[in-house]
Amino acid sequence: MKPARFDYVAAASAEEALEALAQEGGNARILAGGQSLLPMLNMRLARPTVLIDIMGVDEWRAVDRDGDVLRIGAAVRQVALEQDPDLARFQPLLAAALPWVGHPQTRSRGTVCGSIAHADPSAELPLVLVALGGTVHLRSRRRKRVLSAQNFFTGMMSTAREDDELIEAIALPKARTRTGYAFREVARRHGDFAIVACAAVVNGVRAQLAVGGVADRPALCELPAPGAAGLDEALDDFAWSLEARDDLHATARYRRELVRRLGRTTLEEAVRCRA
Amino acid sequence: MDVTADEPRPWLGRSLPRVEDAALLIGRGRYIDDLGVPPGTLHAAILRSPHGHAEIVSIDPTRARALPGVTAVLVGSDVQAHSASLLVGVKAPIECWPIATDRVRYVGEPVAVVAARDRYVAEDALDLIEVAYRPLPAVIDPRAALAPDAPVLHPGLEGNLASDRVFRYGDPERAFADAAHRVAIEVDYPRSACTPIETYGVVAEYDPGLDAYDVLANFQGPFSIHAVIARALKVPGNRLRLRTPPDSGGSFGVKQGVFPYIVLIALAARATGRPVKWIEDRLEHLAASTCATNRFTRLEAAVAADGRITALTWDQIEDCGAHLRAPEPATLYRMHGNMTGAYDIRNVSIRNRVVLTNKMPTGLNRGFGGPQVYFPLERLMQRIAHELGLDPLDVIRRNLVPRGAFPYRTASGALLDSGDYAAAMESALLQGGVAELIARRDAARRDGRLYGIGYAAVVEPSVSNMGYITTVLTAAERRKAGPKNGAQSTATIALDPVGSVTVHVASVPQGQGHRTVLAQVVADVLGLKPAEVRVVTDVDTAKDGWSIASGNYSSRFAPAVTGAAHLAAMRLRERLAHIAAAQLNVPAVDVVFDGGRVQARRNRDNALSFARVAAASHWAPGTLPSEADTAIRETVFWTPPELTAPNDADEINSSLCHGFIFDICAVEIDRVTAEVRIDRYVSMHDCGRMLHPGMVAGQVNGGFAHALGAALLEEHAYGPDGSLLTGTLADYLIPTAMEVPEPLILHHETPSPLTPLGAKGVGEGNCMSTPVCIANAVADALGVADVSLPLLPARLAQQVHGPEKAPRGKTPVRPAAKEAASERQLFGEGEASVDAPATTIWAMLLDPNALMAVVPGAHAIEKVSDTCFTAEITLGIGPVKGRYRATMELSDLDPPRALTLTGSADGALGFGRGTGQVTLREEAPGRTVIGYRYQAAIGGKVASIGGRLLDGAARVIIGQFFASLARQAGGGGRPAGLWAWLRRLLGFA
Amino acid sequence: MPRLSADCRHMVSFTLNGAPVSGEAEPRMLLSDFLRYVVGATGTHVGCEHGLCGACTVEIDGQPGRACLTLAVQVRGAQIRTVEGLAPAPDRLSVLQECFREHHGLQCGFCTPGILVTLDALLRDNPAASEPEIREALAGHLCRCTGYVSIMRAALAAQQRLGKKTDA
Repeated sequence: MKPARFDYVAAASAEEALEALAQEGGNARILAGGQSLLPMLNMRLARPTVLIDIMGVDEWRAVDRDGDVLRIGAAVRQVALEQDPDLARFQPLLAAALPWVGHPQTRSRGTVCGSIAHADPSAELPLVLVALGGTVHLRSRRRKRVLSAQNFFTGMMSTAREDDELIEAIALPKARTRTGYAFREVARRHGDFAIVACAAVVNGVRAQLAVGGVADRPALCELPAPGAAGLDEALDDFAWSLEARDDLHATARYRRELVRRLGRTTLEEAVRCRA
Repeated sequence: MDVTADEPRPWLGRSLPRVEDAALLIGRGRYIDDLGVPPGTLHAAILRSPHGHAEIVSIDPTRARALPGVTAVLVGSDVQAHSASLLVGVKAPIECWPIATDRVRYVGEPVAVVAARDRYVAEDALDLIEVAYRPLPAVIDPRAALAPDAPVLHPGLEGNLASDRVFRYGDPERAFADAAHRVAIEVDYPRSACTPIETYGVVAEYDPGLDAYDVLANFQGPFSIHAVIARALKVPGNRLRLRTPPDSGGSFGVKQGVFPYIVLIALAARATGRPVKWIEDRLEHLAASTCATNRFTRLEAAVAADGRITALTWDQIEDCGAHLRAPEPATLYRMHGNMTGAYDIRNVSIRNRVVLTNKMPTGLNRGFGGPQVYFPLERLMQRIAHELGLDPLDVIRRNLVPRGAFPYRTASGALLDSGDYAAAMESALLQGGVAELIARRDAARRDGRLYGIGYAAVVEPSVSNMGYITTVLTAAERRKAGPKNGAQSTATIALDPVGSVTVHVASVPQGQGHRTVLAQVVADVLGLKPAEVRVVTDVDTAKDGWSIASGNYSSRFAPAVTGAAHLAAMRLRERLAHIAAAQLNVPAVDVVFDGGRVQARRNRDNALSFARVAAASHWAPGTLPSEADTAIRETVFWTPPELTAPNDADEINSSLCHGFIFDICAVEIDRVTAEVRIDRYVSMHDCGRMLHPGMVAGQVNGGFAHALGAALLEEHAYGPDGSLLTGTLADYLIPTAMEVPEPLILHHETPSPLTPLGAKGVGEGNCMSTPVCIANAVADALGVADVSLPLLPARLAQQVHGPEKAPRGKTPVRPAAKEAASERQLFGEGEASVDAPATTIWAMLLDPNALMAVVPGAHAIEKVSDTCFTAEITLGIGPVKGRYRATMELSDLDPPRALTLTGSADGALGFGRGTGQVTLREEAPGRTVIGYRYQAAIGGKVASIGGRLLDGAARVIIGQFFASLARQAGGGGRPAGLWAWLRRLLGFA
Repeated sequence: MPRLSADCRHMVSFTLNGAPVSGEAEPRMLLSDFLRYVVGATGTHVGCEHGLCGACTVEIDGQPGRACLTLAVQVRGAQIRTVEGLAPAPDRLSVLQECFREHHGLQCGFCTPGILVTLDALLRDNPAASEPEIREALAGHLCRCTGYVSIMRAALAAQQRLGKKTDA
């Protein structure tokens, strides 16, 4: 179980990384923390001809909190945010979801943007990005562009990123006043990919629920706030609309049931957390 | 000689720190992959079958052999040229090769072995071996394998039934005729394995001058397998030197299964003339090491009105996977003497069938045969209580082998050596707080919560009779083959010229602390400190004392191996006593060994140092008294006389010792998530005398965790086409510290009268008792009769959540959403509207260049006929990309309205086959609706390691094809909008 | 821009347990293989090579990470700490190691090096780690022998003892 051969480029600057990417295109993969990519390399599921290591790019190592968004650079490891004592204040949903991402031993290496780029439909960080309406900042030698989370994720492990582009950063809105956030997940074991993960954002009468692990990408739905009429019906419609599938670990029906029940619990928790 | 009778044992029975630990804690363990290898050693990698069942049409290793760094590639015929089939344990016309020869019968079966400069290059070479398979229908269910039209794995056998035996003890027919009630249960017990964290490893060398093999492997025994390996390699036993490394990273039975790989790697060493090393990786381990059997069981009891069981009828269908690998079908017969469990039931009938299916061959695994027997038996006890309206504890009480009945001979021949089952059970109920748990259950139920309590009573056999497996043969076949019985254990104690003591055993520990306990045993006898006794446990069959029963299995260390070491120490001490007696001027019976000195009993100052007496045979053999003989080295072989061969009535004392376990489990099931939370687990053990309580606790906790995994998380799962669904540790789920609660462990000691130190085995029992105890608790919580393992929340959800309402009318449901969980078949349908006339699209479909242009990454297109094309294509999702050889064939042509498109793709990542019906309908001039329905099957590596994502990924790829078709045909009409629309049709909006 | 070719071996140097080490590696060589087969530090074990068993866990620049999910070329210049670097002296165990010994926190010992690396870092960075925090850190490791009971005891005992040491 060893990787096939590849060249390795340690980019020292954004320009170097983008130049290499422009040259190699689809045959290259960006190596950040490597926690999603290395298993695929070891199993020879992925066979890039070159890896472009971006962890040496200083400008991508920053977490920028100025303004009303939290901008997280491509080389920011998950642990850096997890250990930030102010994170829960700046963005409580991200703070609640991070401990569910793999294990401490993978969060120590894995990056936030890497998980977004991988676009696993059960992963927590893409779910958070969608739930918060965050943005993905793509950059190539040609151009920079910003996509909404909804437009970035196009399907199972598929994104709108083009071959010569990389995620330079993601941006999440900071916590808003009178808004409650909550995250809940059911997995077979702690640290496993979610069977169903729910992220709720409740603000006044507006309630949003994002669900991961069910459809081919995180799905977002606007629902009546807990206490308002029609929540159960709306959750039921949402559950059915996701077209859940059976797999080894759970049935479609179980997933729908969790969307209804866990979804409600998560929304209720978000209401309670509304400061 | 009774010098021991009145002496205390100061070391045994105490939980001393382990001598093993210091090296292991600082990273200085010596596991197989840590040991140096000779210069020039090659590294092996193994190409494995992606199919559950297929004919090998051709293998072409040319490109692999040409890769720089590759020394050799062995295929089936190379292996057959220099070896013989592995022995099969039943009388049936089947062979068992360590590599596929003409067909593959399970995913992961070896197809070729590469020996190369390093493992990286060896794996590069695997990618270059070209194998053509013709897939065959697979069978994975043991009952389905018996159907007359089932696919047959081994044509020589005609069907898939390798053995069928019927046994009858007492008068079961009469008991059933007289019974007030009959209660039956059916169980499909799933596959799981104890998956040690260290995988298999083999280093082999071949000496052409001697025609001899020298093999280092982290094999665990039994060494009866040495004979199997030597025979396969076509050498006498003395030309197969088998060694084990000093440390082994866990086994739990599993590392018995390394032996087919010993044959393969030994042959690779022979072929290359170089030492060859192979370290199994985790994907190989999960697909093709070994695991416990799955079994279908129908068990019925004849029951009196008070719950007393008068007879049992067992019908067991054992699934040993694709090959009957030694010592199978031992899993089925290990418990043969214990088919009445902890109960006094005199009438038993048994039908045992062994079948072969397209799954990994089975072998040793902790609990060996116990979980498969106790699950139906202890579920049945609960069902009897339920159906008769009795307290389940009363049903157990009324049937337990009564106090005072020991030693007790079971109906099928086991001799239960000692115990007081009733006392142990009552003590467990009291200390385990069952009254409190029942009150908690009552309160929980009043609140509408799902709380249940389960029990299990289990007899834990240990020290297997090497003859039990012959119970699978008829008495006549056994007479012809010659008797097999006993369980030799061996220990050697050696004294060196400075009088220090070394113990050698062939017990092959994999973490059980054998060295610590043996030091305690020998230190006690010789009056030394354990730290003064060196224990060596790595085995070398060319030098050490061993027998077929040597090894680490059937929990034989504590009852048997320590006994052999004790006896060897006693014999050596007797000789040393004679040496000392001459110098101390006392009779030998008055010599005492204590505190590193050898003393006169009545005058402790009249003493010699132990070292001086122990060294005497080296330095001054001429002055030793004649009774002392030479006291340098003492080897003891010990086999218990109680382990006799099966008799003509098929009665077999399958194991020497029988511990007792009574478990209590209380669970609560979450109303929202249907997850099982263990509120309390109590495990009462009678394992005879405890030699090291800390290690006993370690064994119980470890066995409990394995059992918890089997109950809640773990299963080696297969799709109906034979594809393996649990090829990584992301799908084969091993419990972590978050999932395993701490059980309350209790003890009730009744020493075994049959072992030298009174100990019994303890390591396997919870693997037998805990899965069913948890299942009984869950059944009690949900009030259901049927529970099957593993207890997935998604399965329990049916009961927890109740029926699901259909969706409200406005939300349509695609038919695809109704697919069954286990089906690997993928169905889908969709439509695409294209700005082109139907004839244009039709022309495209019939033009190979146009058609292949539709497939992203297609090149090297060849037209085989007007309706058949081949191509190389690159397919992928995200970073997962692979190259495939694809063929596409058109049939049922109805121009320009409809056709059937059949395609297949094969590559290193797996294979896919599918059929699609395509219809063209012109809804307006120059505007055509392409309709399609497809069904596809995917297997191979991607199915084993990416199952969670596979269906979705396949759907994306199929969608890409039709999107591309529409895009090409539409000539760039509305690509973006069309793309999005297609995606929505395919279910990704 | 420096590009390391797939077809060559390249010099890799870093600090291992306080001492400089170097060796040659193809870009694709995993850190776990580099430590074991190039440097000869076999205390770090390999159990799954897909990041799930935890046996290969080593400390990389102060954080426990999977050596099997790290390329050797990625840690050029890094500070690596492995099980071989945990004891204060060759003939003395660390407090954590000693607690594992006292509480039978290991059986076969194969998963132990990774667990020790994780716990060593946890108890250093978070001396007041709660029982659930310790358990969660342990959840990144698979042990098939102990059922985790004795590992938890050993970890909690080490935490207590280390806490006292700090107080004193």
